[in-house]
Amino acid sequence: MLIDWTHFTPWSALAGGVLLGLASALLVLLNGRILGVSGIVGGLLRPKAGDTGWRLAFVLGMLVAPGVYWLFAGATAPRIDAGWGVVVAAGLLVGIGTRYGSGCTSGHGVCGLSRLSPRSLVATLAFMGAGFVTVFLVRHVLG
Amino acid sequence: MKKTLVKSRISEFLVGLVFGLGLIVSGMTDPGKVLGFLDLAGLWDPSLAFVMGGAIAVGLFAFALAKKRTTSFLGGAMHLPTSRDIDRRLVVGSLVFGAGWGLAGFCPGPAIVSAGAGQPKAVVFVLAMLAGMWLFEIAEGRMRRTPNQQAGAL
Repeated sequence: MLIDWTHFTPWSALAGGVLLGLASALLVLLNGRILGVSGIVGGLLRPKAGDTGWRLAFVLGMLVAPGVYWLFAGATAPRIDAGWGVVVAAGLLVGIGTRYGSGCTSGHGVCGLSRLSPRSLVATLAFMGAGFVTVFLVRHVLG
Repeated sequence: MKKTLVKSRISEFLVGLVFGLGLIVSGMTDPGKVLGFLDLAGLWDPSLAFVMGGAIAVGLFAFALAKKRTTSFLGGAMHLPTSRDIDRRLVVGSLVFGAGWGLAGFCPGPAIVSAGAGQPKAVVFVLAMLAGMWLFEIAEGRMRRTPNQQAGAL
């Protein structure tokens, strides 16, 4: 295995991770909710009375985060290599898959593993495994 | 009562903001970095393992405390997952999600944050993701209706 030392950023990764853990901690302790993005957004598509406000408030916070980051730290330069068709296909798969699997990287990966949930461990292993296999196929078999 | 509601909305908004900042700082909003982590056979960037490690290190304490609580600190009910089933839905759904994640390098949180930054591809990804979630709701709605109709026919 070859390590990509030029892109390896352990400290910012760890600091960002701590912020993700802190956000998950605050949401469950203050509001009694699991910070699972696919579940929070998915719940907006089947709105129930008294159940949409908190979801919208959370999503709004996420949407303004890049602006706040830009104010204090400047612009970021994400690398998006996927073409438009692949972006649409990937979005559909992520939308369907996260709802059938009841969670994504935040709900299962961060909160579920922090709760020591065997169900979330299985889900996390499944989506990480599928991610590894997909990138292998795209970059080293088809590419 | 009204005051707690306002407090809750403000805290949820701020938590969304902290979460979004965490995704940006960690590198999760950069699909190139995410794919660098998922590419074990190429030049591997292990950074995202540190993201998970940092998040879970904090989360372990929070959820240990949350399990002991009957109400949240702002006074609302605790909504913790109750399902313990490890079934085909969970595994197949997660596999499908992972395939989509590996294709573009976006999972739901970072895609929404990047859409907030005005990234056109992230906006399209989020719209497609919402369409996927909507398809799920339609399929689930059919599933739910069928047993009722059968019951009605009896």
